[in-house]
This record gives sequence, C-alpha cells and structure tokens, in this order.
Amino acid sequence: MFISSQFMLLFSRQGKLRLQKWYVPLSDKERKKISRDLVQTILARKPKMCSFLEWRDLKIVYKRYASLYFCCAVEDQDNELITLEIIHRYVELLDKYFGSVCELDIIFNFEKAYFILDEFLLGGEAQETSKKNVLKAIEQADLLQEVCSD
Amino acid sequence: MPAVSKGDGMRGLAVFISDIRNCKSKEAEVKRINKELANIRSKFKGDKALDGYSKKKYVCKLLFIFLLGHDIDFGHMEAVNLLSSNKYTEKQIGYLFISVLVNSNSDLIRLINNGIKNDLASRNPTFMNLALHCIAFASEIPRILVAGDTMDSVKQSAALCLLRLNRTSPDLVPMGEWTARVVHLLNDQHLGVVTAATSLITTLAQKSPDDFKTSISLAVARLSRIVTSASIDLQDYTYYFVAAPWLSVKLLRLLQCYPPPEDAALRSRLTECLETILNKAQEPPKSKKVQHSNAKNAVLFEAISLIIHHDSEPTLLVRACNQLGQFLQHRETNLRYLALESMCTLASSEFSHEAVKTHIETVINALKTERDVSVRQRAVDLLYAMCDRSNAKQIVAEMLSYLETADYSIREEIVLKVAILAEKYAVDYTWYVDTILNLIRIAGDYVSEEVWYRVIQIVINRDDVQGYAAKTVFEALQAPACHENLVKVGGYILGEFGNLIAGDSRSSPLVQFNLLHSKFHLCSVPTRALLLSAYIKFINLFPEVKATIQEVLRSDSQLRNADVELQQRAVEYLRLSCIASTDILATVLEEMPPFPERESSILAKLKRKKGPGNLPDIDDARRNVNGNTEHSEKTETTNKVTLVRTASAYLLNLNSTPTAGASLLVDVFSDSSTLASVEVSDENFPRFVCKNNGVIFENQLLQIGLKSEYRQNLGRMYVFYGNKTSTQFLSFSSSVTCNDTLKNHILSTSSVDPIIEGGAQVQQILNIECVSDFTDAPVLNVQFRYGGTLQNIAVKLPVMLNKFFQPTEMTSQDFFQRWKQLGAPQQEVQKIFKAKHPMDTEVTKAKILGFGVALLDRVDPNPENFVGAGVIHSKNTQVGCLLRLEPNTQAQMYRLTLRTSRDSVSQRLCDLLSEQF
Repeated sequence: MFISSQFMLLFSRQGKLRLQKWYVPLSDKERKKISRDLVQTILARKPKMCSFLEWRDLKIVYKRYASLYFCCAVEDQDNELITLEIIHRYVELLDKYFGSVCELDIIFNFEKAYFILDEFLLGGEAQETSKKNVLKAIEQADLLQEVCSD
Repeated sequence: MPAVSKGDGMRGLAVFISDIRNCKSKEAEVKRINKELANIRSKFKGDKALDGYSKKKYVCKLLFIFLLGHDIDFGHMEAVNLLSSNKYTEKQIGYLFISVLVNSNSDLIRLINNGIKNDLASRNPTFMNLALHCIAFASEIPRILVAGDTMDSVKQSAALCLLRLNRTSPDLVPMGEWTARVVHLLNDQHLGVVTAATSLITTLAQKSPDDFKTSISLAVARLSRIVTSASIDLQDYTYYFVAAPWLSVKLLRLLQCYPPPEDAALRSRLTECLETILNKAQEPPKSKKVQHSNAKNAVLFEAISLIIHHDSEPTLLVRACNQLGQFLQHRETNLRYLALESMCTLASSEFSHEAVKTHIETVINALKTERDVSVRQRAVDLLYAMCDRSNAKQIVAEMLSYLETADYSIREEIVLKVAILAEKYAVDYTWYVDTILNLIRIAGDYVSEEVWYRVIQIVINRDDVQGYAAKTVFEALQAPACHENLVKVGGYILGEFGNLIAGDSRSSPLVQFNLLHSKFHLCSVPTRALLLSAYIKFINLFPEVKATIQEVLRSDSQLRNADVELQQRAVEYLRLSCIASTDILATVLEEMPPFPERESSILAKLKRKKGPGNLPDIDDARRNVNGNTEHSEKTETTNKVTLVRTASAYLLNLNSTPTAGASLLVDVFSDSSTLASVEVSDENFPRFVCKNNGVIFENQLLQIGLKSEYRQNLGRMYVFYGNKTSTQFLSFSSSVTCNDTLKNHILSTSSVDPIIEGGAQVQQILNIECVSDFTDAPVLNVQFRYGGTLQNIAVKLPVMLNKFFQPTEMTSQDFFQRWKQLGAPQQEVQKIFKAKHPMDTEVTKAKILGFGVALLDRVDPNPENFVGAGVIHSKNTQVGCLLRLEPNTQAQMYRLTLRTSRDSVSQRLCDLLSEQF
C-alpha cells in the first residue's frame, strides 16, 4: 500500500549480483533463492517487453542501463511508473557522483553505491527525491571522511 | 566529480577486487576468496590489535565477498567495533556491514543497539543520521521528528524510521501527542520532509484512519498547490518538468485511505485537482524524454486509482476510462500494460463498466498482437472483467482462439476463466457444452478436474441439454486422437445419457460402446475405471450389448488387471450383470440424481489461484442474473444418503476411497439385511402371528397390504403397494433380504412396474418355502422416488414358523400319551405372563386357531384350559407340537406350555404365541 520497495537488486547481463538491498527481513537462503529466480526471469525477457511483471505476489519493476539491470520489487498496490523513476533517479545520482557511471565504478566502490542508495531510500521509502540534496549529503559525508583521514 | 579519488581509497580493497576480476575461472575465484578469507581471519584473530583503518578495510572485503554470493560467518564483531569508532568512515562501514549482513534475530543486536544509542544521543547530526539509517528501535524518534530545532534531513530519516518501526513492531512507538503534530509536517516548507512525512502518515492512517482525518484537508491543499504550480516553482523537486511526482503520488495514495471528503468545498477542490491532472495528460509533452512522460503518468495513474477508489464521480470515471483507452494504443509497452491493468478495476464500477466495454476490440487486438506475455495476461484479465451477457459469446470465442497459441504459463488460468464465463453467461446450454468440449480439445492438459466435473454436473442437472451433450461428445470422440479428459467426459455422459442418441443407427449402443472401448487402452487407470462404470451403465441402458460388455469384463486384462481398483470394478460389475435382475440393475445403475446447486467449484479454484481481491466485484452483482448458477447453499439433499447417491458419487469421484463405495455396491446382494440407515419397520408384525391378511405398513405416501396363504411347507404372499399420493412414484423397486438361515426360504419375487401412478395400487407376489425351522423374519426393502427425493422403506415381513402348521386332531388319550413322550426338559418351554388383553374365551380360541394348531376340545381335565396340536412342515422335517394354555382370571395371568420334539421350535412358538394374549 506504499511506494515502498521490498528489495532492490543490481545485476549484470551475465547474472552477477552487483548490489542487493533488502527492506524486508528474509533469511539468507530465501534471499539467495529470490535473487537467483528473479535474475533468471528477467534475463530471459526480450528488450522491448514491458518493464513490469507479476512475480509471486510482488510486482517487479526493472530497467536495463547499459550492462546493468536495476530491479525493484514493490507491493501489489504500488505505482509502477514512479518506481521506474525511482530507479532512474538512483542511476542519475550514481552518474552524477561517479561522473558517467559504469559497472566498474559500482564494483569497485560498492560501499559508495550503498551510501548513495541509503541517502535516497530509507526502509524502502524515498527519503529525499531532490538530486541536489542527496548529493549534498554524500559530499558532506565525503568531506567528513577527508577530514578524518587527514 | 571524479569520485574515485574522493574520500579515502582503500588500496588493499581495490587490489583484491581487481584480483577477483582477473580470475579466469570460477575455481580460481573461489581459491582467491578462500585465501583472502584465511588472511582476514588470521588478522582478526592475531595478537596485534588492528587499527581502525585495517578493520574497516577487512570488513569491506568481507562485504565484497558476500556480494559475490559467498557466505560470511565472521567479522560481525569487528563491524560492531567499528560503530564505536569516532571516525565517520569507520562508523559508516560498520553500519553498512550491519545493515546488509545482520538479520534482526542475531544476538549481536544488543551490541549494535548500544552503538546506535550512543550515536543517537550525540550532538553530531551526521552520526545521528547514520544511526537512523540502520535503525530498528527507539522511542526517541518521535521527539526528534517533531522537535523544532531538528535538521530537515534528520526529520526525514526520523519519519521513515518511525514508519519502519510502526510496520515491524508498532508497540515500540506508542501513539501520543506527537501524532497530531506529525500531520502538520504536510505543511512543512521542505518538500523532502513532506515526502517522508506523507509516507509515514499514510502508514499510520491505514492503521487508525480516525486519528489522522485532519490529514485529508492538508493533503488536498498540498496537492492542489503542486498541480497548479509552474514547473519551475519547486526547483529541485521538479523532475523532468513534472512538479514533485513522488510527493504527488504519495499524497494521492494517502487520500485513498479515506472516502471522498464530506466537506463540499474540500471535495470540489480535490475534484479540481483530479481534473487538472487529467487535463495535463492531454497537453503536449514538455519533454521528449521518457522520464517526463513516466513521471507525469505515474501521477495520472495514481489519480485514476483515487477516482476508482472513490467510485462516486461518474464524469471523472468516464474521463479516466477514455484516457486509459488512449493508452491502450500507445507505443509504450509499459503504458499499454498499465492501462489494461487499471481498466480491469474500472470495469467493476457501475459508472464506467459500459465505457470500458467500448474498448473491447482494442483489447482483443492486444490479445492477438502483443509480443509480451505479461501484457497479454493483462488483456485476458480485462476481457474477463468486462464480460457480461451482451459480449460473452464474443469474448469466450476470442479467448478460445487465443488459447491455441497462448503461453503455457497462463493456459490453465485462461481455461478456468473461459469455463466460468461460459457457465455464468450461458443462455443456451448447448453453447456451454460446445465451449467446454472445445476447451478440452484445445487445451485438454490444462483442463483441471474441477472443469470437467462441472460440465458433468451441469449436464446432469439440466435435462434440456442432455441429448445434445450425448450427441456432441459422441461426435467429438470420433477424432482419432482425443484428449483423455474428453474420454472421461464422453464416458460419463454416454454412460448416463447414451440412450438419448441410441435411436440413430450411426450411434447405436454397440457403436457407442466400441467407440469408447477403442480409447480404453490408451487411458490412465482412473479413466479406465470410469469407463468400466460407463460400461456397466450401458448394460442397464442397452440389454442388447450386455453379452459384448460381459465378454470385455470377463477378459483376463480386466478380471486379472494388476490394478486393484480396475480388477475390483471388473469383477463386481461382471457379477452384478450376471446375478442381478433387471430391476436391481435399474436401481443400482439408475441415472444420476441432480447435484445440489452450490458455488461453482471452478470459481472457487480461480479465487484460490488469484486471491479474492483480484476478482472483479461485478461477479457478485451479476451472479443473480443467471438464476441457474449460484443459488447459495440450498438445503442439501445429500443428507438422505441413499444407495444410488453414494454409489454413483463413487462413480464420479474416482479418488475417494474405493472400498466404501464398493462395499455399498455389494450390499445389495449380500444376505444380511441391507441399509443400516433405514430402520426396519416391525410395528405391525405381531398382528400377523395369528392372521394372514392386513396392512403391514403405512405412511403418508405408501400403504403396503398383505394377503398370504400357506399349505404345508409352501406359502405365497401377495404384497400390495398403494400410492396414497396424487403424484407418480418413479423408479419403484423392491427386494427381499433374509439372513443366512432363511436364505432359501424366499423362492421368487415377481417384478413390479417401476412407476406407480398416483392413487394406484400394484401387486407383487412372493413365493415362500420353509426349508427348516427358523426364527428371524425376512425384510422387504422398497425404494422409489417421490418429488425428487429417494424414499427408502424397509418392512419386516410376517413370515414365521407357525405359518407352516398343519392342525392335528387327536383324542385326550393320544394327547397325554404324546405329551409324556415329549417330557425331556429341553423339549418343554413354559412361560407365565400377564394378560395384555381382556381374557375373553372366544377371542383366545380364535387366536389359537389362527396360530395354526387344532384346538382340542375336552382334552384337558380343566375346561378353562386350552390345548392344541399341530405339525410344522418344513422341507427337511416335520415337527409335532403340543401346546397348553392355562388362564388364571383372578390373577389375570396365563401359563403357556409348549412341547415339541425340537427345543428351538418350542422356544420360537412360545415366544410368538405368548405375545398374543
């Protein structure tokens, strides 16, 4: 009943998970099974197909950016299009932060990717939809790091 | 922003990641990882205390290894240690590790809690935020949220933290004074705060709508300000020229927790907002980017959801429908998908149902041309939702033709939907039968049991369609390869109604049988079992094929079939066909009685599959239109469990325990009295001890009269069945059962016509022979159908030993000589009993004569006493009997003495006669 995601997965065209964030408590075993099944299902779909699918009792919203698939699971009543734009906004944030983000950035700086996601979504809900505000928060944190490591 | 140089790069980590990426094989990767794990483990265990940086680096490596899909079972402690570091980056990595890797059930939670508490208490807003991000507790949060001096970003985190807590453990954050103030966050200047607060309020409002009613007006006001704002007003909250799409969607979602506002001004302001949103959809796009249209339409779809939720403004509903209609032909697959989905809910509103129906051609076209199965699935759903009596034939036909090429994943659901629509909107049941047979032909594998059970139920309950069904299945079975489900339906229907088409020489009984039997060997065991039942029904319907079928049943492949169920059926049906009279056959194999009407089992199945919420409400509204389908639970006729019902239910339900059904079938022929459920009436039985004619049974429907005559060991009984009603008795049948010792006593029973007209009487003749002496009486079982229900009556027939008396006259001298000869203790039975009737000499005399013995005058010295003599004739022996009855008028008592050469006879006769006085 909310615009809230149950989990978010990033995976490559080869099916390698690059990032996973779970907003519902699930055991490791369940998580693994869900990721495996879902990655297979999505990779099997053709490019022109629609970005939404019903999967078990969830709605899956996904979009491919270059070699990476971004995939978000929301509840039945949730708004698919706005979820699609949540994904896009996250990609924009990554892009802005890393400067034309590519898969390698996310692999090598996965902790940053997590921090950005956490600034943007909290508990699966959009916390701050302003790009500027999110980036400002990340920058502040980075600044803090620099200060500390000095 | 060149990010990689930002912050403090961890060189060791980057090297490790590169190493992994350079691995050529999975094995090499695993090897590298194991090496690293060993390294980290030794570092963590080592004596030398690690500095914060190293700890952070190793924890990060562990995280990366986890992301690669490996299990991490250590390092948690180090991560928790990082929480208490005073360096931001170390704290941050600690939190990250915990939020990704630690489940709420971990025993580390206590330690983590401590770290979080410390951070929450700190004055450092960044630390506070870090803590909030990870959080799972704290009653401090409401205070942070509504405090005036809290930073906006902290408020946002706090709001979403509360939301999370409220969902996972609501008791941790009791409602309080803060709730009223939370609502006012909708007015906050900072849109980020409003967005987060709206999520929280929506969650809270769903749980206790009354407490948050004030949010309605604030939400409408906020929404109104957003939709009327120029796209640049909201600065960074404008997303691709759409003003605050996330907040708009959330506000619209919040409003869906409530009915339409009661306040007229508020209501018209909301309607204005919704109209503005609908209008904007018609404006030319401000950007060609897909993000623009997505964001705009996200708001539009949410607005339509609200309009449907309110379901009160016909104009808005129709406008929404038209808008969705446009999307049905949009080039964006996503929009077509969503339009179909949204229209499904619109179809259930009475205001927009007709408007939705106008798009039928487009939807049908989508079914045919969409390349994406999930879109086609939505089209099927929508067709199902918009179906009514006016378009049922078209929709069912389209679904059927789609079924031929449909994806395997959705076939079963389509089959169910077609079956339901065909049944629900059938005016002409021949159409229904055709549709279901088509279903089986096209997608037999996906036709579940519920579907083919249902077609049989409907055919059995509707006699106007039975002949057509028989003809159609007969034709369908002609196909060289037909689906097994068709054989099941065909076998069942021909077994029941094959006689309706047997007149045509092209479908004569033998042709029907040969057709069915040609499929037999290709079928599975349950189907074969069903076919065997159809065969035995054929024997009843068509005596002319009896020999052919018996031959089939007798073959080794049946009688010695390895499958116990098939073997049992073959043996029993063969035996049944050999020994049972046509009457009994007709009773056992009678046409199925109508099934009690109840909710369609298919509908129930679809509901199970989809969950009740997904079925359009219109189903319920329309259900009553079709009187046939859904009478809610009628009184179940099944509690009058009768043989035919149970046995034939068994024929249908192949999976039920076979033994129960089988033993019922056998019971008809077993010698012990049948039908434990029917009480044997013996009320009038004693009256017939001393007389042979009269009424033995009578109820409101039926009277059974008897007239009998006996000579020596033979007897004949005329049974008269009188129909006391003005309605026909149908399927009338009767049979006599005896226990073992009486086995051969009933020689024959004549047949009775299966129909007894109202007011008429029919006669049945029983021939009886006494083989040897006996005690128990035979039972007459009567069955017939009166007004739809099967009646079962069982009556104890007055065939008793004394009926086979031949009176013997003898002198006083002979009598006493004989009396003394029978002096052995076991030969005499004596009973002293109280008189039940007035002690009238003449009546007593008549009774003794009626009992069958000769009354000997002046034999006993006491003239008050009665003595009698007679001989019981049985096939094997003759038993001489003497009796003496001594009344005592003063005491109103009798003493009855019987002496015979056989003790069992003495006892029986004494019992019978002593009851008469």
